[in-house]
Amino acid sequence: MPDLSVQIDAPIEVVPDAAPDGSVAAVSAAVETVASHLHPNPSYDLADHPLPTGREEVWRFTPLKRFRGLLQGGDAQGDVEVSVEAPAGVTVSEITADEARALGGPAPVDRVAALAAAHAAHVALVDVAAETQLDAPVVVTVTGRGAQRAYGNLLVRVGAFAKGIVVLEHRGSAVYAGNTTLLVGDGAQVEFAGLQLWDDDAVHGGQTSIVVGRDAEVRTIAASLGGDLVRLVETAEYAGPGGSVEQLGLYFVDAGQHIEHRLFVDHNAPHTRSNVDYRGALQGQGAHSVWIGDVLIRKVAEGIETYESNKNLVLTDGCRADSVPNLEIETGDIAGAGHASTTGRFDDEQLFYLRSRGIDEAEARRLVVHGFFADIIRRIGVAGVEERLLAAVEAELEVNVGLPTQPAGTDA
Amino acid sequence: MSTLEIRDLHVSVNTESGPKEILKGVDLTIRSGEVHAIMGPNGSGKSTLAYSIAGHPKYQVTSGTVTMDGEDLLAMSVDERARAGLFLAMQYPVEVPGVSVANFLRTAKTAIDGEAPKLRTWVKDVNGAMDRVQMDREFANRSVNEGFSGGEKKRHEVVQLELLNPRFAILDETDSGLDIDALRIVSEGVNRFSAQGDRGVLLITHYTRILRYIKPDFVHVFVNGRVAEQGGQELAERLEAEGYDKYVRAANAAATV
Repeated sequence: MPDLSVQIDAPIEVVPDAAPDGSVAAVSAAVETVASHLHPNPSYDLADHPLPTGREEVWRFTPLKRFRGLLQGGDAQGDVEVSVEAPAGVTVSEITADEARALGGPAPVDRVAALAAAHAAHVALVDVAAETQLDAPVVVTVTGRGAQRAYGNLLVRVGAFAKGIVVLEHRGSAVYAGNTTLLVGDGAQVEFAGLQLWDDDAVHGGQTSIVVGRDAEVRTIAASLGGDLVRLVETAEYAGPGGSVEQLGLYFVDAGQHIEHRLFVDHNAPHTRSNVDYRGALQGQGAHSVWIGDVLIRKVAEGIETYESNKNLVLTDGCRADSVPNLEIETGDIAGAGHASTTGRFDDEQLFYLRSRGIDEAEARRLVVHGFFADIIRRIGVAGVEERLLAAVEAELEVNVGLPTQPAGTDA
Repeated sequence: MSTLEIRDLHVSVNTESGPKEILKGVDLTIRSGEVHAIMGPNGSGKSTLAYSIAGHPKYQVTSGTVTMDGEDLLAMSVDERARAGLFLAMQYPVEVPGVSVANFLRTAKTAIDGEAPKLRTWVKDVNGAMDRVQMDREFANRSVNEGFSGGEKKRHEVVQLELLNPRFAILDETDSGLDIDALRIVSEGVNRFSAQGDRGVLLITHYTRILRYIKPDFVHVFVNGRVAEQGGQELAERLEAEGYDKYVRAANAAATV
């Protein structure tokens, strides 16, 4: 059975200046008073996000040197090409950073996202009109053209009761800080896929911030397969009661790669739901994954439901998977809250079962890993993305997993 | 005509206090066309015998041989044994999340035959095999054994038995945990398999109940890691009436001498 590693943070108390009726209006006052090392106060001011030393709780897993100067900041040296394919009903424009900020999205929670916001020449605004049903996905492609420092800012605004799919794909090579904001209107239904399909030498840090409108349904999928260092923060909060967010993720970490996903769901409104399911496979010397899940259930957030899960499959020796789910609960009146984290090797019994049916070891291992990811990929529900991710997983599998485990001291 | 031959098989497992011998010299010969039942009390080593023949890594063969038509099975990997014509229906079939039954069956069939099955006949074969054990065809789209009831898992094992059609099938307590309807359905599947006339069956069971549906040619009483007595159908009837006590006492007495 896989090893189980679960860390539960002790509940923390809100300083009681939130109104006793628990009204949503009181939450904005409470926001400033939550003191948790796991979610630093959001701010656009770079002074609030000093250069990390690596000892900070939120940076302790990250190999800072491999950011290749991205954390120091400075003007963009390189360039990324951004293209947007948008179906009818979508308006694409460029706005200034100040205009973007005025739209009221959440502020950056770390230095990389703050740098991205501060150095934005402009912000790409994708506007989906209210009550529109998109008949094709909006596809935003960010292509790096050389491993040089670059910044990108994207703001997606989905009007009330609209329905659509947005794909944000990263490829090529860059040292890239990205800041993405997804504002989802009341009753809207949105799928957002963030694909990190970078070249091997790319560096990518940043934040995706989601605001879920009243009764809106949001599903995100983060797929990180390429790059040397990828460190992404995804935050979700609610603009009203009844909203729901499902955050799916998958990553395949090869030798020497560092892939880090940090999730923060802020249940700041009653009767909201969240479900997080991230899965990763690791193979090769120095492959390192980090998954930090944090769910905050505020006092006002009565009757909410949340679950978060992270599963890691360690395919070879020499890998490291850090996985820490956290729950911070400030109300006793919740419908359900839980989390799970598992990290383990191949299940010998699964391999034996498959092989006892004549399937050779390499193929059996391939099937198990394929199944591990297919379980989540088939929940994405975005045609095209599903197939491409399955194909990408297949390609990763062909790199290494086809080879049976070698005895220690020998090279495959 | 094939022969599965087990000679003086000794098998150990590693425990915290060192290796422990479970099988203590098993001799058994199964020819195609024959149905053998191995019966014995809990802990006698019946399942160890099944898993050792199939090649489970938990069990170490310390001496003895297992051959199929003279070929050394013990020198083969788990999947090579299956491709040589061996099948193990497991007492606790394993769940494989995300791998559909359809994909699993096709992959296994391709591995056993060395070529992919013809698409048109294959779908018909799978549907037919599932229909015959009254397993809803919808199961083909579900993950292997995931969320299946005990009875559904055993039916799925019988579907595999029919589709892969091995030379020798070892059924490890396939009857355990089945209600009477499922027991009948599963037994009929095994009988269809052996009715081909050129297939061997090694049926491992704790209870005589399944022998009302599957008539063995040979019955072996398995106690304390070896075969304590052999006979025909009448031996099973005697066991039903008298239980294993006599054999367990004899084995204990022999052990203390």
